[in-house]
Amino acid sequence: MHAIEFNNISKKFRKGEKMYSLRDAIPRFVKSIFKKNGNGNNELDSGEFWVLKNVNFQVKKGEVLGIIGPNGAGKSTILKLLSRILTPNKGEIKVRGRMSALIEITAGFHPEFTGRENIYFNGAILGMDRKEIDSKFEKIVDFSGVRDFIDTPVKRYSSGMSARLGFAIAAHVDPEVLLVDEVLSVGDMNFQAKCAQKMRELLASGTTIIFISHNITLVQSLCERLLLLHQGEIIKEGYPEEVIPYYQSIVLKEDWERIEESIDQASTRYDVNNEAEALFQVHDVRFSDKNNDFKKRFKVGEPVKIHVDYENKAGNAEVVFVYEVLRSDGVVCCSSNTKDDNFPVQGSKGHSTLEISLGELKLGPAVYYLKIAIWDKNMVHPYVVKRKGVFNVEMEGLSYQLDSILLPDTKWKITHK
Amino acid sequence: MPKFLRELVEYRELLYVFTARNIKIKYKQSIMGFLWAIFMPVIIVLSGIMVKKAMAVLSGKPLELESIVSVSVKALPWGFFIQSLKFSVSSLVNNMNLVKKIYFPKVVFPLSYILSQFFDFIVATAAFTVMFIIARIGISIHILWFPFMILLLVMLAAGLGMILSCANLYFRDVRYIVDVILTFGIFFTPVFYEASMFSFGNILLLNPVGAILENINNIVVLHQAPNFIWLTYAAVWAFVTFFWGWSFFHKKEPTFAEFI
Repeated sequence: MHAIEFNNISKKFRKGEKMYSLRDAIPRFVKSIFKKNGNGNNELDSGEFWVLKNVNFQVKKGEVLGIIGPNGAGKSTILKLLSRILTPNKGEIKVRGRMSALIEITAGFHPEFTGRENIYFNGAILGMDRKEIDSKFEKIVDFSGVRDFIDTPVKRYSSGMSARLGFAIAAHVDPEVLLVDEVLSVGDMNFQAKCAQKMRELLASGTTIIFISHNITLVQSLCERLLLLHQGEIIKEGYPEEVIPYYQSIVLKEDWERIEESIDQASTRYDVNNEAEALFQVHDVRFSDKNNDFKKRFKVGEPVKIHVDYENKAGNAEVVFVYEVLRSDGVVCCSSNTKDDNFPVQGSKGHSTLEISLGELKLGPAVYYLKIAIWDKNMVHPYVVKRKGVFNVEMEGLSYQLDSILLPDTKWKITHK
Repeated sequence: MPKFLRELVEYRELLYVFTARNIKIKYKQSIMGFLWAIFMPVIIVLSGIMVKKAMAVLSGKPLELESIVSVSVKALPWGFFIQSLKFSVSSLVNNMNLVKKIYFPKVVFPLSYILSQFFDFIVATAAFTVMFIIARIGISIHILWFPFMILLLVMLAAGLGMILSCANLYFRDVRYIVDVILTFGIFFTPVFYEASMFSFGNILLLNPVGAILENINNIVVLHQAPNFIWLTYAAVWAFVTFFWGWSFFHKKEPTFAEFI
């Protein structure tokens, strides 16, 4: 017997403003009379799109299912459908047992009420009766850590305090099915540890949990099974070790597209000193491996060479080249220049190619781009500063070090005395 | 029918919590507190007395105590009715956050506003009853009809509240239409006057609220039996509105979060 059955669910949403006034509704209504059955559940009207397409999964009692996927994949829609806030256009949902959702945990608060009043009010919304709340009241207050302010109106709480109180209430509903949407990032480290602890307690007591998060490490440690959702469809399902690499490659790909687009748009914006710009121009930046095979995807630890095609119209000027390798979030990972490296560049008119060899590049898996600059010999003013060239570094298999900039050749050794 | 009662029993805790919330919120950070519950109807009654006085002057008759009492007796339920509708119409939209983010029976929104207005009504009625006793307006066996008439009024308000709050969720126009109707409704409803004053009085009683108010006047002030034809008419309205409103609301409920 499954605790949750999510059978072939499709859900469509509408883009743009929905009809809000009678003026729009009456023509719509008239149209719908003449257009017989035009708006069936299988077709899309103009401006509609599928958020979920034939999504199908089951969860056994006591199982933890994680749902991951990039933004807009439809994860939160699944939770809203499960918690019955939304109804599907197609398919059937079955949930067995009392359900609670750690979604929007402060939505039920009334700002004018004190913490105490809100515990009773919110508790009732979440389906607890007065007696039950009475018996759990102390536990909730202890867990939230807002005891000193329990008789203060919630409108005077900080956002962290109300979130903690909200979590405390929702976590004490004692559900058989729990839906969790990215709420464990509430509060400080201490409170987060408490939350994770509470989740494990619930797990141990046989609660079925559906868990949505972008925190891969947390998903990995809590979930037995993962669904990877992308553009409203399940594209991979299985153990975390199998699914997470797929997720990472999707995220990297989207990151890549975003960076490439922003660099295309930035190509003129980042040229400084318009007058001098005419003197030097960077035409192209390419990457290659040690055999001079041009490519854009590298493995961790692979040697990388940068080729910069530039044009010198100034003639005999001594210049300094600067390169910076930046990660997609803007962190400068490494850089150098010809001045520090004692490589004097005496310019000569015409097209040239600069080759920069980075050796074995021990960068972590991510998307990187290059910033290349040409300065005068004293590094007082730049001729060109340009962001160009995107490459990514990939890792085979599951990576736990997604956030790491540098992946050195670590050697481990233990000496027993 | 049993299904509806079962649901109501199931929701009673929530209904209680929401009603208590509405009452508490209304009087939080206000100095007069519960006195507001009496103040509002007093204003309606005072304006009613002004109207009565004007009529008395025009017709050259003295202003009788009975007509003052009659205005009060009708003004209180009328005040309850319009306040109930006013609050319940925008109840779903004003609680958008809850409607969109947490699942629970949404029918508690319009109903809880009506119940909290009912609480105010009871407070005001208690205060006015003391005044009536002092004024010695007398009492008769027909007063036993009073709770039934109030029940009809509550059902009518609740039914309309469910339908209109739902409609207002789709079309924000509804609230403005209702506002206008409620503001001018007092002229078309026999509150400050009696329907019998007009030759076309019966047309005014087609408004079920008017029929209920006139009957309340009959039993409390005139010490007569209610007019059973009009009472039955109003009762049919109340029951149909309430049960149709209930099922309409439940039919539309699953789409609330999406269309609000």
